[in-house]
Amino acid sequence: MSLDKPYTDIPGTTIFDADKSREGYHLNQFCMSLMKAENRARFKANERAYLDEWPMSEEQKQAVMARDLNRCIALGGNIYFLAKIGATDGKSFQQMAGSMTGMTEDQYRDMMVKGGRSIEGNRKIGEKK
Amino acid sequence: MARITSSVYTSHVPAVGAALDLGKTAEAYWQPVFKGYDFSKQWEKEQKPDVIFLVFNDHATAFSLDLIPTFAIGTAAEFQPADEGWGPRPVPKVIGHPKLAAHIAQSVIQDDFDLTIVNKMDVDHGLTVPLSLMFGQPQAWPCPVIPFAVNVVQYPPPSGRRCFMLGQAIRKAIESYDEPLNVQVWGTGGMSHQLQGPRAGLINKEWDKAFLDRLIDDPEGLSKVPHLEYVREAGSEGIELVMWLIARGAMSDLRGGKKPTVRHRFYHVPASNTAVGHLILENN
Ligand SMILES: [Fe+2]
Repeated sequence: MSLDKPYTDIPGTTIFDADKSREGYHLNQFCMSLMKAENRARFKANERAYLDEWPMSEEQKQAVMARDLNRCIALGGNIYFLAKIGATDGKSFQQMAGSMTGMTEDQYRDMMVKGGRSIEGNRKIGEKK
Repeated sequence: MARITSSVYTSHVPAVGAALDLGKTAEAYWQPVFKGYDFSKQWEKEQKPDVIFLVFNDHATAFSLDLIPTFAIGTAAEFQPADEGWGPRPVPKVIGHPKLAAHIAQSVIQDDFDLTIVNKMDVDHGLTVPLSLMFGQPQAWPCPVIPFAVNVVQYPPPSGRRCFMLGQAIRKAIESYDEPLNVQVWGTGGMSHQLQGPRAGLINKEWDKAFLDRLIDDPEGLSKVPHLEYVREAGSEGIELVMWLIARGAMSDLRGGKKPTVRHRFYHVPASNTAVGHLILENN
C-alpha cells in the first residue's frame, strides 16, 4: 500500500518527504558542501566542473546553474539546502524566496511589508479566491 | 532540586541575526521587531537563569541528509556557531551543560522518548538568533545552554502531540536533578512562513494569534492539531511551531500546578519572510 500524502493539494507548495529526499539526495548534499569557504570558491570558479563531481542528474545540474529554485525543488531539492547556493551568491533568504514567486524583488518585499501573502484562496488547489 | 521557572517562545528568523550583526537594528524596518524584545532582555537580567534548555531545529547545517535525527540532545561542553554559507555569525560560542544534558537524556529515554545523543555539533541561527534576541550582544552568553534539535526539515516532523508529551518528560527529568538550578525551557521557530515555491511569503495572522491563545490556555487541545493544518494554514515552514509544544509541555500546570502567568506577548509582521511571535510564560 502506498503512503497517504494528504499535503499534495496545497497550491505552490512541495513537501519534502522521504520520496523527495531520496530523489534529491545528491543535489542536497552538493548544496551542503557549499558550507565550506574553499568549496564555495571552487564552485564559483567553475560551476560545471564542480557539479560534475556529484552524481546528480543533468536536469538537476542545469536547474542549479540556472538558479531555478522551483525546478530544483521539483527535482528533490529542499529550500534549507538550496539556501546554501543563495548564500554563495550573496543572496538573502528573502531574495531566494521571492525568486520562486514570479514577482520582482521589490514587489515581493512590498507584499511582505504589507502583511505577506494572504491565506485566502491559497489553502487548496482549485479553491475559489 | 532543579526547577523550571519559565518558558520562552520566539521565532528565530535568520535575517534578524543578520540585522543585529550588521548593525541595522535602528532601521525603520527592524525597529518594531527588536522593540518587541526590549522587555524580554530586561526580564532576563532579573531572572538570571542558570541553564537554558533550548529547543530549535537545525536548518541543514549540523545534519545533512546523511543523518536525520527526530530528536537530538546536545551533551557537549561547547558548541560553535555554524557557517551556514554566509560565514559564522559573530556571536559567542555556546557553553553547554554536559552533566544536566546527560541526566535529561538518560531520564527521557527511559520515559520512552528515543533521543539521539550528540557530542559534537555546530549550532545555526535556529539557536543563536533566540539567544541574541533575549540577551543582546554580550561578550559571552550569560549561562550554559542545552541545545535540543528537532527534525522539521524532512517530512514528517514529530507530531505536536509527541512534542507535547516529550516536554512533560523533560520537565520530570529536570526536576529530578539534584542541584538547585533555575532552568528555562525555550521553544523556537515559526510563526507562519513559507520559504519555497509560488506560495512563498504566506502569512496567516489569524491562525498565528489563535495558536498563541491556545498555547497559553489550551495546550492539550492544541497538541492534537495535525501536521496538515500547520502546513496548509501556516506555510510549509510554519510547521516549526510544533517545537513550541515541547516548551509548553514542560510547564508545571500540566502536572496539576497553577496556570502560568503570561509575562510578555508580542507579534509582528514581517521580518523578512516571516511572522515574528514571542511569548514568555512564568510558572506559578
Ligand atoms: Fe527555522
